[in-house]
Amino acid sequence: MNHPYQELIVERHKHPLHAGKPAQFDAQGQGANPICGDKVRVYLTRAGMDVHYEAEGCAVMNASADLMADAVAGKSLAQIEKMSREFETIITTGQENQALGELNAFAGLAEFSSRQRCATLPWSALAEALHHV
Amino acid sequence: MSTTLQKLDVAAIREDFPILKQQVHGKKLVFLDSAASAQKPRAVIDAMTFVMESQYANVHRGLHYMSEKTSNAYEAARDKVADFINAASRDEIVFTRNATESINLVAYTYGRAVLKPGDAVAVSQMEHHANLVPWQMLRDAHGTELRIIKITDAGEIDFESLEQVFADGKVKLLAITQMSNVLGSYTPVERLAKFAHERGAKILIDGCQAIVHRQIDVQAIDADFYVFSGHKLYGPTGIGVLYAKRELLEAMPPFMGGGEMIANVSYEKSSWAKPPYRFEAGTPAIIETIGLGAAIDYVRSIGFDAIAAHERGLTEHALATLSDVEGVNIIGQAQDRGGVISFTMRAAHAHDIATLLDRQGIAVRAGNHCAQPLMGRMGVTGTARASFGMYTTHEEIDALAAGLNRIRQIFA
Repeated sequence: MNHPYQELIVERHKHPLHAGKPAQFDAQGQGANPICGDKVRVYLTRAGMDVHYEAEGCAVMNASADLMADAVAGKSLAQIEKMSREFETIITTGQENQALGELNAFAGLAEFSSRQRCATLPWSALAEALHHV
Repeated sequence: MSTTLQKLDVAAIREDFPILKQQVHGKKLVFLDSAASAQKPRAVIDAMTFVMESQYANVHRGLHYMSEKTSNAYEAARDKVADFINAASRDEIVFTRNATESINLVAYTYGRAVLKPGDAVAVSQMEHHANLVPWQMLRDAHGTELRIIKITDAGEIDFESLEQVFADGKVKLLAITQMSNVLGSYTPVERLAKFAHERGAKILIDGCQAIVHRQIDVQAIDADFYVFSGHKLYGPTGIGVLYAKRELLEAMPPFMGGGEMIANVSYEKSSWAKPPYRFEAGTPAIIETIGLGAAIDYVRSIGFDAIAAHERGLTEHALATLSDVEGVNIIGQAQDRGGVISFTMRAAHAHDIATLLDRQGIAVRAGNHCAQPLMGRMGVTGTARASFGMYTTHEEIDALAAGLNRIRQIFA
């Protein structure tokens, strides 16, 4: 089975590329998991779909937010919505999807249903931000 | 019960718990989540199977052989519970679904019929949600006040705060845990009962955690209400207990209406059965209640002297071993504490710890442990928690420490 903590996940958790609140942004959205206390706030700049975030949570959520920011950069709203659905399919079925590249690192969560919400939390925060632009 | 200190034969006890032979992710199961729910010994499994295979019918209704046999076994469990906690009478034992339901029963009946708007209920900062939310609901519905007694940084009751909370004489009920499900702290329930009684208040004790590890004597404590769940005491789910002093139960109206709880019913009105049946509407959890009786027999056959000595050794070993893991911070440092240990790790979030330990076959709990306000009080968003039962071994604690060291390396 896929290990739920692939090197890429640990790496992005430890050394995120998109963490922090930008000086300017067009919209924001947030996600919180009352079960574990994880929180994430996503900041979106419409031009170029530039995403940054502030996260307080586990490695899976932090890495998911960071890799999500990579994945959605430059994409259209429709592409992001499709990607979000396909990402959920990866983590619930464990079936990799070549089109989603590095997001396949989360396929190991298929065997840990209690942790899937950690990976989807940044995506629901992003959906909220997109709703506001 | 023997007063000589017997040594617990852990290997023999482990043989009594079939599930401990299971493997998880190809690894030996190391079950360190007994505070959430304990595993079941063969004696409990067999007792429940026996009822269903050879001696089952509804209780208190039928005039036939099977009903009578089942009723006798069901009521024998009530005697076992009464004797186990040294209740003055079997009629003081009400069967419920779990401790949560027991507390809600008290909040809905005693809370509304005896407590008056303006009276206060006091709870501590380290209550499980089950001993906080029902009192918030009572406050909102009935106009009682809810007061919170502070705990110290070590995780013990702050007696100065307790004095303040009781100072104006409005507190009429102290609802408090005997052992925190997060910090492992015991509370001095005899002292708290005396304190409450001297100030004209009753005391409800949440014994869910404590009753698994210590001999409970509700008369020695002078508890007014004492609640616990069967499933943490090596018994089945779906069965809990409310102990209450007879005169309190007599004064309480029913919780739910239906069969079993009535004395006489007409289309216009009904009169209530005497306690405990007044509070046991509908067909009870017959099989589970008999299972609880078997669990009590099993625990008593091992004896609390031996259980407590074994668990004290485990707790000391765990506190020392886990403190040696770099970056591990144990939450709660109470003097009087048991085998429930919450911790955080500098490098890893509690849920990462739990998932990575699970990969090694080690089951711990992570999150807020149904004590969300306590997390804020202790300055954490969540913790990982290892908790022990009579079947836990020193080797399993060593496996936990080794697992944490591996996690530390992953996130280093």
